[in-house]
Amino acid sequence: MNKLFLIIQREYFSRVKKKSFLLMTILGPLLMAGVMVVPVWLAMRDKTDHQILVLDHSGLFINKLPDSKQIKFTYGVESLQSAKAKLKDGPFDLIMEIGCNPLNDKKTTPLLYYKKQPGVSAEQYISNSIENILFDYRLQGDSIDLSKIDNARRPVEMLTIKVTEDGKDEKTNTGTNMLVGFICAIIIYFMIFLYGSQVMRGVIEEKTNRIVEVIVSSVKPFQLMLGKIVGIALVGLTQFILWILLTVLINFAVTSIIFKNQIADTAKQNAQVEKVMKNDLSAGVNKMEKVHSSNEVIELLNDFNNINITKLLLCFAFYFLFGYLLYAALFAGIGSAVDSEADTQQFILPVTIPLIASFIIAQSVATDPDSSMAQFFSIFPLTSPIVMMVRLPFDVPAWELILSMVSLVVGFLFFTWLAGKIYRTGILMYGKKASWKEIGKWLFYKA
Amino acid sequence: MNPILEVKNINKQYANHIALKDVSLIVEPQKIFGLLGPNGAGKTSLIRIINQITGPDSGEVLFNGERLSPKHVDFIGYLPEERGLYKKMSVGEQVMYLAQLKGLKKHDAKAKLKEWFKKFEIESWWDKKIEELSKGMQQKIQFIVTVLHEPKLLILDEPFSGFDPINAQLIKKEILELREKGATIIFSTHNMGSVEELCDNIALINKAEKLLDGSVKEIRKNYQSNTYHITFKGNLIGFTNAVWAGAEFLDKKSDGDVHSVTVKMLRQNKPNDLLEAVLSNAEILSFNEIVPSMNDIFISVVENKQTANTQSSFTE
Repeated sequence: MNKLFLIIQREYFSRVKKKSFLLMTILGPLLMAGVMVVPVWLAMRDKTDHQILVLDHSGLFINKLPDSKQIKFTYGVESLQSAKAKLKDGPFDLIMEIGCNPLNDKKTTPLLYYKKQPGVSAEQYISNSIENILFDYRLQGDSIDLSKIDNARRPVEMLTIKVTEDGKDEKTNTGTNMLVGFICAIIIYFMIFLYGSQVMRGVIEEKTNRIVEVIVSSVKPFQLMLGKIVGIALVGLTQFILWILLTVLINFAVTSIIFKNQIADTAKQNAQVEKVMKNDLSAGVNKMEKVHSSNEVIELLNDFNNINITKLLLCFAFYFLFGYLLYAALFAGIGSAVDSEADTQQFILPVTIPLIASFIIAQSVATDPDSSMAQFFSIFPLTSPIVMMVRLPFDVPAWELILSMVSLVVGFLFFTWLAGKIYRTGILMYGKKASWKEIGKWLFYKA
Repeated sequence: MNPILEVKNINKQYANHIALKDVSLIVEPQKIFGLLGPNGAGKTSLIRIINQITGPDSGEVLFNGERLSPKHVDFIGYLPEERGLYKKMSVGEQVMYLAQLKGLKKHDAKAKLKEWFKKFEIESWWDKKIEELSKGMQQKIQFIVTVLHEPKLLILDEPFSGFDPINAQLIKKEILELREKGATIIFSTHNMGSVEELCDNIALINKAEKLLDGSVKEIRKNYQSNTYHITFKGNLIGFTNAVWAGAEFLDKKSDGDVHSVTVKMLRQNKPNDLLEAVLSNAEILSFNEIVPSMNDIFISVVENKQTANTQSSFTE
């Protein structure tokens, strides 16, 4: 027991002290933060400002087109010719010419002149604005009350409510459930691969270093294998916790420092837009969307509260831990059977297939969480860590969850025992590429 | 004295070959025991069984009269033939780790290690990474780790491979010193020179079977062939005439009137008879008995066994 602790200690510290660990620990959250923050940042930065000179021959749009943060409309009456001259010297970079009678046209075709092509989003914004205004005019032309239209158009949002055993209602949301399940499953998947292959590499290292025979003369091979698996699990756990802490920290720092101004700006801008366009339908639609989207955030947060967080976290921890342990044992077995990493391919494939298959299965499980396929694969130990995590937010019957957990533990014990047998023989076989047949025989050698 | 190690009728079989076939050995305490045999004879299999790395299919091993069990691990020191260290670890961390795995307390391990490092004059290596050391340097570290916990039984598998002559000498000296201090050493090799120099007893294993064992002195005596080498100045023909009836001439070399002859004494003839015959004819420059080297014995035993096997298979 004391020796096992020594091995765990060595495995842990020799990895945590490595520069690559420090590097990954710092880079990991930066990458994660990057994935989350950069698109937002790009979206905010990438929009170029446009000054548009509107030559409105119909007169319908004068002072009606809503300015946005990037797009400012100015209305002119000069000829296209002289306006084009202004395009050269500024301040305008776009000129829009609108025909005489857009209300009667089947299709309105404003002409947009540019020196540098505006982005798709700018074009979209301009044409949407025109469409909205024309929409209002046409309705008014048919003397339809705008406020009635406004009143008639209301969003539908379905709430799914679970009736629990004791008759209480519980709000659920399928989309959020799926999201939470998949995120948990992806984390488990990556951690199994990342640290499982570290176990394998560690075993190969010991074997090629030829230190393994010295060590197994002091401890049982099984102890060495177990020590390595547990040691690396602790490394993974340490890194995972550091990542979460750092990610939160970095995100907090980045949002509060870099985006502070922009966020305030946007808010101000929005307020202005709303004020200017108070009576306009397009603003009404805008406002509606805004209310809707902020509702969505609140809904999402509510959904998270509705999913039984404690249960989910406990299950996550359980499947994470035992899923890793089970696969780490298999990876250790593979590592012991080969002489170099290059030889691992033929053995890795059968181990990764259930993992990858889990994800394919998980997708259909999310659409039908109670199918018999979902039931089977969320109990089968090689796939349950991933499939069950996807199923879990949809409320799995207690007996299935317990059966799944028990079978995962049993599977872990079985595969560790199996891997231990392969490991015991494999680590002392040098210079010979093992075949599946040979590995099969190793299982029956007497210890 | 009770044997420190007793191997009783060990059998070990791998998938399609027999590694050990009914092998028995007795290793006496405070002796250097040579385990000899060609490559693939089963030496390493036997050593792994003694180290409890693998188990025998049948038979048993007694350590100090007790059936071998995990508690004995701490009394055995093992230097495998295929040996190495963690390349990325520092020397100090590594030796501390391995010493503690052998059951030493952190404090004791450190004190003892410092002593050994001083003895080998390698204190400056403590903070170096293993990968910075040469192979010979690594071997020294491995040797220290093997003997650090003062094992009662020391098992060295080809200990001199990879050492330069100076370091090999250093290790030999240490091995002898350890024996003086009470350790028993099992020493597996196919380098026969070192066997003659170091071993008290040997066992010869070939093709999974023990062919021969006993003390080196006795074995060599048993394999004596009553052959002598004599160098003399004088008449070769006179010499030949004088001894031809009692001896067989194996080899002759002449340089002017200095002759050097190898003869095998026949029947009950003693070396004295040979000398008497020569004394009147020639001036004796040197005379010595040709004792078979372990190398010769090794080869003859292995080959005899093979011919015996082929013969027996013919008669079958």
